[in-house]
Amino acid sequence: MIGMDVLRRNNVTVTGVADGPVVVLAHGFGCDQNMWRLVVPALAERYRVVLFDYVGSGGSDPSSWSEERYSTLEGYAQDVVEVCRELDLDRVVFVGHSVSAMVGVLAARAVPERIRALVMVAPSPRYIDDEGYRGGFTAGDIDELLDSLESNYLGWSSAVAPMIMGTPERPELEQELTDSFCATDPDMARVFARTTFLSDNRADLGDVEVPTLVLESARDLIAPREVGAFVHSAIPSSRLVTLDATGHCPHLSAPRATAAAVLDFLEDLWPVG
Amino acid sequence: MARRVSEGPEPLGAGTTAALAALSEDSAEELYESAPCGYLSTLMDGTIVRINGTLLEWLGLERETVVGRMRFADLLTVGGRLYHETHFAPLLHMRGEVSGVALEMRTTAGGRLPVLVSSVVRQGAEGRPSLVRATVFDATDRRSYEEELLRRRREADQARAEAERERLRAEADRARLTEALTILRKSFLPDTLPDVPGMETAAYYHTASPDQLGGDFYDLLPLGDTRWVFFLGDVSGKGPEAATLTSQSRYALRAAALHSPEPADALATLNTVLLDRYADNGDPRYCTAVFGVLEPDGDTGRARVRLASGGHPPALVMRADGRADFLPTPGGMLVGVLPDAHFATTGTTLAPGDTLVLYTDGLTEARTGPGSDSLYGEDALLSFAADHAPSTPRGMVDALTELLRGFGDGLGDDTALLAFGVPASRPATDTPPGRR
Repeated sequence: MIGMDVLRRNNVTVTGVADGPVVVLAHGFGCDQNMWRLVVPALAERYRVVLFDYVGSGGSDPSSWSEERYSTLEGYAQDVVEVCRELDLDRVVFVGHSVSAMVGVLAARAVPERIRALVMVAPSPRYIDDEGYRGGFTAGDIDELLDSLESNYLGWSSAVAPMIMGTPERPELEQELTDSFCATDPDMARVFARTTFLSDNRADLGDVEVPTLVLESARDLIAPREVGAFVHSAIPSSRLVTLDATGHCPHLSAPRATAAAVLDFLEDLWPVG
Repeated sequence: MARRVSEGPEPLGAGTTAALAALSEDSAEELYESAPCGYLSTLMDGTIVRINGTLLEWLGLERETVVGRMRFADLLTVGGRLYHETHFAPLLHMRGEVSGVALEMRTTAGGRLPVLVSSVVRQGAEGRPSLVRATVFDATDRRSYEEELLRRRREADQARAEAERERLRAEADRARLTEALTILRKSFLPDTLPDVPGMETAAYYHTASPDQLGGDFYDLLPLGDTRWVFFLGDVSGKGPEAATLTSQSRYALRAAALHSPEPADALATLNTVLLDRYADNGDPRYCTAVFGVLEPDGDTGRARVRLASGGHPPALVMRADGRADFLPTPGGMLVGVLPDAHFATTGTTLAPGDTLVLYTDGLTEARTGPGSDSLYGEDALLSFAADHAPSTPRGMVDALTELLRGFGDGLGDDTALLAFGVPASRPATDTPPGRR
């Protein structure tokens, strides 16, 4: 893979302080790097912020997608590794939302020299209930989600699309964002959904040795608090912070509190002054 | 029947006006509660603060168990919640509104209600988001229509995939067939022509269609002394049966040549072989062929040729002095038709610079015009040869190959060319003085 191709393939965006410590923000299942736009300004004041879209999401290059590679979280971790390698990033703090928290675990194991710390936003190592473990979902629930995806994409392709896509009263959201946000190819989204919700990374948590911030939302239907507690207890080097936030995306619903918690953690790693 | 002419709206009666006034007094509340769609308002964290009667009724819920106690996502099926958390809520936060998203709600009776939800964020006093208002439409009909569409699309996708697999299979079959035919066709011809001392040789085989077997064959082989046997022929028909016959004819002539190289005898042997094989089964098959013996004479630098023809177009002889003639073999009968067939024999001597050309009727029967009777013909071939004489075997085969190519689609049949000659003492392409 030729250098520039990785950056284009993963729609990599770099912002913030050019020579600052590096923070990589990785989106979860559903949308793309725009999910981070409310917390990026706070981080960019002191850090070099790297954003990207996984292949198959957002503004990534769909021709680079293959079902085989993106049917395992290792495939997504490979995207992270390749982006780090391409930008020659060392000792980064990897901030992963939802399933990306587990992608970060796999990436840190693959290239420990490049990943200095992990921030897990609303993580879950396994979504489906298991004996002695409550992830919150059954396999049938996941099928429902897949139906939901399909149903909505069908809707988007019909007359409903302009109503969803158009935001005339929000001109600050540039057209590009409007076009790509959440508008993932349904076939790729289905593979990502399956990979996300059928994965089980509980055993991988024990491999995490780097400082880790587990950032959970107080009211999260997808990653309930007992899951956050599980992750925290499985990673001895972790710190658990519960945000007074609702929903699975605290970086959208409570961006200030989310940014503050991440900045706190970063300042311990790179003390100011 | 009385006709009433209407001129504009009729004035409202006093009773109607009163009724309208009564309706409009509670219309806002009434419209909200009993609208034909669901309404609800939530705080930014999703907590339901208001919900209309229609939606409560659809879901079988009581107001007091909902307001302040449930969040919007609680109304959804689990899959719907996942979709809400990963798509709907982020979109709403980013855009301030979301329209027409398909979700499913749970009813207390254990059922599911497909709905279309549109939400808009209402800004509070300081311009900060304070409330989400949502309308909920019953989408049961639309969902079944969608499911039907999806089902049809899946069926179409499957049919397309199956057609694609079928196409790939057919392509593979065709490739295998072409390969088999190529191998089979090799049995009609020698891989390479042997070197005949003191002679030059050249051959060409034109395949009219890669997936259709024609029936031309030729060969050139030593007899073990100074003599060589050559033959060229064309069997009736096309396809696998013709191919079998072609192969059989070639090997029958090779065997006959070793037994008795007398040209007419060799053709007679082939005649018997074909009659034995095909006459009795009601599927008579025959061929035309030229069979000959070539005797190069190292002392004189000439080569004697004796050949017999069984119904085959006459050989062409191109002389060093620029003449071109057919070597007629009149009366030669088709091979494989009659038990006592007669095969005409003739002979010539090739001097240095002379070339003899054998060909099959693919050449002379190539179509040169739109009509089925516009064939190239032997006369045109003879003048073509005269224009090119003197030539060499290679030069003439190349010239004829070019001619064949020029026929394009007019060349419907396989065509075989075999030429040999005695090299001129000086280059044969030099025109002798006095000619032209």
